[in-house]
Order: sequence, then structure tokens, then C-alpha cells
Amino acid sequence: MNPFDFLTQTLRIAIPYLFAASGGVIAERAGIISLSLEGYMLTGAFSATLGTFYSGSPWIGLLCGILGGLVFGLIHALATIRYRADQVVVGIAINLLAIGVTRFFLQLAFESSSNSPRIEGFGASAAARGFDNPLLWMGLLSAPVLAFFLYKTRYGLRVRAVGEHPDAAASVGISVARIRYLSVALSGMLAALGGVFLALDQHQFTDQMTAGRGFIAVAAVIFGRWDPVRAALACLLFAAAETLQIQLQGTEVIASQFVSMIPYVLTIIALAGVVGRAVPPAALGKTGE
Amino acid sequence: MTSQLREKFEEALFPPVVALLIALVCGDLLIMSYGQSPAAVYRMLLEGTWGNAYGFGQVLYKATALTFTGLAVSIGIRAGLFNVGAESQLAAGGFLAAMMGLALSPGVPGVLAVPLCMLAAAAGGGVVGAIPGVLKVKFGAHEVIVTIMLNFVVLALLNWGIANHLNVPETLHTTEIDAGAIPRLEAFIGAFHGSAANLSLLVAIVTAILAWFFLFRSRRGFELRAVGLQPDAAEYGGVSVGGVWFRALTLSGAIAGLGGINYVLGYKHYYEEGFAGGAGYLGIAVALVGRNHPLGVVLAALFFATLSQGGLAIHALVPKQMAEVLQGVVILAVAMSVPEVRRALRQSRRPVAA
Repeated sequence: MNPFDFLTQTLRIAIPYLFAASGGVIAERAGIISLSLEGYMLTGAFSATLGTFYSGSPWIGLLCGILGGLVFGLIHALATIRYRADQVVVGIAINLLAIGVTRFFLQLAFESSSNSPRIEGFGASAAARGFDNPLLWMGLLSAPVLAFFLYKTRYGLRVRAVGEHPDAAASVGISVARIRYLSVALSGMLAALGGVFLALDQHQFTDQMTAGRGFIAVAAVIFGRWDPVRAALACLLFAAAETLQIQLQGTEVIASQFVSMIPYVLTIIALAGVVGRAVPPAALGKTGE
Repeated sequence: MTSQLREKFEEALFPPVVALLIALVCGDLLIMSYGQSPAAVYRMLLEGTWGNAYGFGQVLYKATALTFTGLAVSIGIRAGLFNVGAESQLAAGGFLAAMMGLALSPGVPGVLAVPLCMLAAAAGGGVVGAIPGVLKVKFGAHEVIVTIMLNFVVLALLNWGIANHLNVPETLHTTEIDAGAIPRLEAFIGAFHGSAANLSLLVAIVTAILAWFFLFRSRRGFELRAVGLQPDAAEYGGVSVGGVWFRALTLSGAIAGLGGINYVLGYKHYYEEGFAGGAGYLGIAVALVGRNHPLGVVLAALFFATLSQGGLAIHALVPKQMAEVLQGVVILAVAMSVPEVRRALRQSRRPVAA
């Protein structure tokens, strides 16, 4: 296969990861564990499908998708920040809730337990190979923009302060809760865009269509050591491995199950510190009593 | 009842009750959004679960697996550790139980074959649980992330084995085991006919009792809880925190793995890809609602099994997916109300004149 095909296929696989990983980085840098990326993506995909189906416009769908992610992000924020619920439990609950809610309303709206009808998408022209899809560019830009935001703006500095030393941040007048609310809301919206891309790209919603992609994004966040650009590179690496596996399918070189393990195994190795230890933000997960 | 005991009860009981009320309200809204009457749906849910022998048998069957995974998660939490890996530990346990059942010759009597298969199940889950234990103790790797990542790795490995080597052609399951099958309840009580409930239920109850004894009556259990409450103080008191962490995660994995017998030995008599079906993740909910106490875990397992089976029972009126939504709502509501209730109770108990 030619290298250009390889690149376009890798990008297409990487875009949902890029959005979700950016969402994961912003929440975790503010100190909130982000195991709910999968749920945000699924909600984003479903609300985008609903919006596009009823309006006929993928742009309206995109807005609905962001809104869906925002709602779930706010539930997460409310539970962990206002009510100090355990962040790991809430993350898993959000994922279960997203599966249940999307299934219930899939049945209610389309009377199907498996998929929605066909919807419009971006990028109709075959010659453009997906490069006329605005979401592709947004996905590619999400990491550099987030890096600028985190390292070069006042708000970004506050996010990092709140994630590392919330007490110190509070003592200079930063509202820790407010920064965390905003970060988790933003995280929900960003990750939802990953789901929006999936649904519009496949022109339909299918039950559990995110299929663990949110957890690959979690892996990328950790493997990228909570830095937006390094996390994005991890997403591209994981996507390239997947593309390679799809290309090799049927050639018996390596079983697909082994390729699918790569992100997870690399993350475990990174956490164990074999090649440079992955150290999380100091206040990550500490909103409880 | 002493006041201390009463306080403990209040702290344990209020959050699930609050959560149940919130879930009922959400359920009403969902049911009405579907144009049905909540009363009729809830009546149908109860009749389809506790109202007839088959439905009740299915509740018992589902509660059996959830008791194992719920106990597994609670043992971890008691030690201050979050084992999110029960899903793959359960699968690995079921897998090794099936392998043992296939390896034994059909002539091996049940009294020998069943314990051997159970041992294999516990070993399968225990090994998967020991990995995050080692990585945490030796390298400080956070067990939450390691267990999540291991879920994907272990399930992919098992899927690979099934898809390429061990399956009956055209299926994703192994052949039926030759030895080690556990009889179903219908063999003793005819009314349970057709339901998957089996004697693994007794193993689950015994495991819960042993877990209670271990946690609250043994030296090792005391150490484990001490580490969970105050690792630094426990270390100062001469407890090896690393050793406790390793043992807790291994034991947690072994209990989750033992849960594999419910499906493999008790129901289908073969290992099938994806049989765990979320019971591992739901174990987190069971532990949370059961407040990490073995008795609470058994009750919470029955509750979530009822919800799951009830979803099927009401499918004629509302989509069965409603039960999944309510599961999520219950978990969120309990997680949110636990710290809140604790704070409120503490405030109300503060002496007025102090």
C-alpha cells in the first residue's frame, strides 16, 4: 500500500483518540481522574446522530454532540466536585450510564437495539480523502491548541496549579472548584467530539460504537505523561499500529488480538517506570474527604 | 442496640435508600417518556423476578456472579486499593476452570473434579490480580490504571486462544467439559426448571462468610483493614504495607476468578468468549452499594441481579435498557450520597453544648 493511504487511514483512526485524549489531559491536569472518556464519546456520538437526523445538518449534529458531552461532563463534575464522590466510581458509572441512556433512547427514537438510520456527514467528496472534513482538522489542532492554552495562558496556569497544589492555588484567590468545573465540562465536550467524528464518519450510530476507544485515550494520556502534545503523539502511534494490523489482516504475520494490546501494554510499562516513569499531577483524584 | 452500632447502620443504610428513591424517580420519568404507567411496569418487574420460580432462579444465578465480583472489589477497597480488573479476572477464572474440566478424564468423580476446577478458577483470577499487586509494590504503578489496562490485555489473550485454537469450529466457545460440572438447582427443586441457578450459589455464600471471617476475625484481615485506613500508621505498627497490598490484590483476583465457575461449571459447561458480560464492572457497584461488607455485598448483588433480570421482564412495556440506565443512576447516587450522609450524620451527632 502506498504511504499516503497509510497516513490517511491512520489519521482517520486517530481523530477520535486525539479529541478524547485532549479531553482527558485537561480534566486530569485539573486533578480529576478521567475514566469517563468512553461515556462522553458514546453520548457525543449518539446526540450528534439525533441532531443530524432530525435537522439534516451535520453542523447541528456537531453542536448536539458537544451538548451531550457537556451534560455528562457536568454530571461528572457535580458528583466529584460538589458531592466529593469517588472519582474512579463516578467515571465507571458515567460509562455504564452512557451505554444505558444511548441504548434506551436508540430504542425510543429509532425503535432499534442495534443502530440508527443513515445520517448525513461531513466530507462528501471521495477525491478529498476525508481532508474536507472539518472535524479532522479540529482533531489535529486540538492538542497544539490545548498545549498553548495550558502553558501560555493564565487560565491554563490556573488549571495546572489546581491539579498540582490546590491549597496553594486557593490561597492566592483561585477558585479551585470553578476551575475544575470548567475543566471537566471542557473535557466532556472535547471527548464528545471524538464520538461525533465517529458517528458522522460512519453515517450512523451503532450500539457501543466507541468500543473501548475512550480507554485507549486514557492510555494515551498516561503514556503521554499528561502532556497534550505527547498524548497526541501516543494517539498517532496507537492508530498507526491499528492501521498496520488492518493492513496485515489475513497475512498471518501477527494476530489482531496482539496488536490490539499494544496501547495497554505500553501504558503498563510506562506506569511501571521501565523507561522514564509516568508521574501524574500531584492532586489527581483527591477531591474526597 | 448500642448507639455505636446504630450509627454504623445509619451510615450504611442511608445512601442506598437515598439512591433507590432517586432511581425510582428517574425510572418513573423514563417509563412515562415511553408512555407507560410506572405502577404497572414496577409490578411487572417484581412479578418477573421474585414473583415466579424461574425469574427468581435467574436472579439467584446473576446474583451469584455479582457476589463473587462484589466481594473481590470490597476486599481491595478494604485494603485501600481499587481493583477495576474483576472483569478479566472473572474471565480468566472461567477459562482455567474450563481448561481443568477438559483436562480431567470423564471418570474423575465430582468430589475431586469440582474442587480442582474451582482451584483452577481461583488461580486464574489470582494470577491476573497478582500482576497489578507486583507492579504496585515494586514500581508504585497505580492499580486502577494497571487493572483497567490488564482487562483489555487479558481479554484479548483469551479471545486469541479461543478464536484460534480451542473453539468448536464456527463458535466462540470450547467443547463441553468432561468433568467438574456443578448441578443446577432444578435438579433438586423442580420449580426452578429452565433457570441457570446452580450450586455455585452455595460456594458464593461460603465465600462471603469466609470473607467476613477473614476481614473481621483474622489477624491478616485486621492488618489489611489497618493498611486500608492508615497505611503509614500500619507500617509504623509493624505491618508490611507492600505485602498486604500484594496479598489483597491477589486474593481479590482469586475471588473474582472463582466467580467463573457459575457460568462455566454451573451453567453452560464450557468457556465462551465474553461470558463475563460486565459482571466484573458491576462488581464495583455491588461493593459500593454493599458498603464493602460481605453481608451488604450479598444483598447488593441480589438488588442488581433483580434490576438486570427485571429489565428483561418488563421488555413488553418499556425497553429492557431502562434497567441499565437505572444501574448507572444507582451507582452515581450512592457514590454521591456516601460522603454527604457521613457529613450530615457527623454534624447531627455533634453535642449541642460542646
